[in-house]
Amino acid sequence: MKAYKKKIILSLPDVILPEKLVLFLRNPMGVLGFTLVLLIVISAVFAPLFATHNPFTMDIANRLAGPSFDNFLGTDQLGRDTYTRVLYGGRVALQVAAIGVSVSLIVGLTLGMIAGYGPLWLDNMLLLLFDAIRSFPTIVLALAAVALLGPSLSLVMTIVIITSIPGYARLARTSTLSIKNTEFILAEQSLGASMKRVLAIHIMPNVIGPLLILAAMDVPVVVTIEAGLSFLGLGVQPPTASWGTILNEGYLIIRTTPWIVIAGGIPLILTTLGFTFLGESLRDVFDPRLRKGK
Amino acid sequence: MWSYLLKRILLSVLIVFLAILALFITLHSIPGDPISIALGPRATPEIQAEYAARMHLDKPLYHQFVIFIGNVLKGDLGNDLFSNRSVLLILSEQLPYTIVLAVTAIGWSALIGIPLGCLSAVKPNSLLDKITGIVSVGTIAIPSFLVSIWAILIFSVGLKWLPVIGAGEPGDFGDQIYHLILPAFAVGLGWVGYLARMVRASMLEVMSENYIRSANAFGLKSRTIIFKYALKVAILPTITLIGVGFGALLSGTVFAEIIFSRPGIGKIIYNMVLARNFPVIQGAVLITIGMYVIVTLIADLAVSWLDPRVRDTL
Repeated sequence: MKAYKKKIILSLPDVILPEKLVLFLRNPMGVLGFTLVLLIVISAVFAPLFATHNPFTMDIANRLAGPSFDNFLGTDQLGRDTYTRVLYGGRVALQVAAIGVSVSLIVGLTLGMIAGYGPLWLDNMLLLLFDAIRSFPTIVLALAAVALLGPSLSLVMTIVIITSIPGYARLARTSTLSIKNTEFILAEQSLGASMKRVLAIHIMPNVIGPLLILAAMDVPVVVTIEAGLSFLGLGVQPPTASWGTILNEGYLIIRTTPWIVIAGGIPLILTTLGFTFLGESLRDVFDPRLRKGK
Repeated sequence: MWSYLLKRILLSVLIVFLAILALFITLHSIPGDPISIALGPRATPEIQAEYAARMHLDKPLYHQFVIFIGNVLKGDLGNDLFSNRSVLLILSEQLPYTIVLAVTAIGWSALIGIPLGCLSAVKPNSLLDKITGIVSVGTIAIPSFLVSIWAILIFSVGLKWLPVIGAGEPGDFGDQIYHLILPAFAVGLGWVGYLARMVRASMLEVMSENYIRSANAFGLKSRTIIFKYALKVAILPTITLIGVGFGALLSGTVFAEIIFSRPGIGKIIYNMVLARNFPVIQGAVLITIGMYVIVTLIADLAVSWLDPRVRDTL
């Protein structure tokens, strides 16, 4: 059970130096990832500017039309413009990713530091809790939750948050454990600093780096969960456009109109690739020791 | 060895217990009175009291939990709300399909991923290594349900090589394998990348160890060194990864079963969620957790059997 745990020894906080920037820019994968991420974020934030149609306007006469100059990616079974819907779908995906990842990062960081710094019984209890959460396969947990509470975007986010907290918490815990007994923490303790102060001011800056990298690599997972649940009709509900709902609508008519599943899938792949490349090259630049883990 | 085994099994039991507790709490925290739902609004208080007593709903919550655990341990997972068949029976019909799919998927990806990682670690920065790197990231980045959809698009709709729906005729082994190809491909594809990367990383580390240098100095054949001495150690984190990743593997099979309309645990959970058939969902969730715990246990025991050093760490 312990073999997969990563051993991380951290130096004092890495200040972002131009040297690191140069190192990052030299990595073609990193630059590609950064460009993709930038493109996706811009296209989602400014979706109304780039959109050629209204995502909800139906045009039944022109339904299931192939790609043309008017509809770049064709139209779906209700005659809505697929290109516009894909753009708006990016908004849902990034919204879930932004909220899901940041909340689970903060909660995971706090719990992980408490587990690493606090008493042993608390550590053991939290570890057990993390293992128990991880023992639920995400999608099965999501299905069970949807059965009880009904499908909604906020439920998707809650599931994303609950299932990703253990990852952050475990990483924060190992880092905390490794710096818990260093001199500067002992000095701080002997000066009478409270646990809150030690954790927030001294441990947190040393621990957060790898977590931010993990967050970048976690975005694809989160986006996939959202798209997957929406694909099954258990996440975002129609008529809201999400890559998952677009894929679902396309899947039902895959034999006659293949371009809808292609159009819904490509942004999903570009997002996962972009964030994976970005996260991995950031990791290689800032924390090469993490390399072999993931 | 025995104390390790004992500790490890205790941990699994505790995790299953916590999972059941979480399930129980969730089921009891949804609003609504089960008695009036079951009997309708016109039931008299006497009928309601009789029903409550029969279903143990008049007992305090902790007592209900003990009964719940007892029933689960006896293998009594309740009955289907609609057909009134035993949930355990329904699930045991579906389980083999899921296991066959999961094992085939992880099997083919291990057969390709492990040698790929091995070879690229032996010659780092070679062409093969670079191709493996790109293939790994590429296969990991594509969500498995998207692989399923696009595989249907390419191999069933476009090329018309392989069937889309179902698991094949019962009894017809060839037909079943024919129906297994696409789902197993879709579920396993991401694992090729994962396994190749994991094996490559741990192999690189092992190849720089002293005992490999000694083996080289003794003049052993490089093939013997790689496959007999290095891989044996380098494979350990991979086994743990497969164990821990079993949850992700199951998520993949859920999607594949739904998209390819294959019978299986994932398909039945999905159908029952749509039908709001809680006893079956509850049973299926318990079975999946049980499977996960057993697989991680087997993976950990396999690692400790292969590597005596691990036994002392837990």
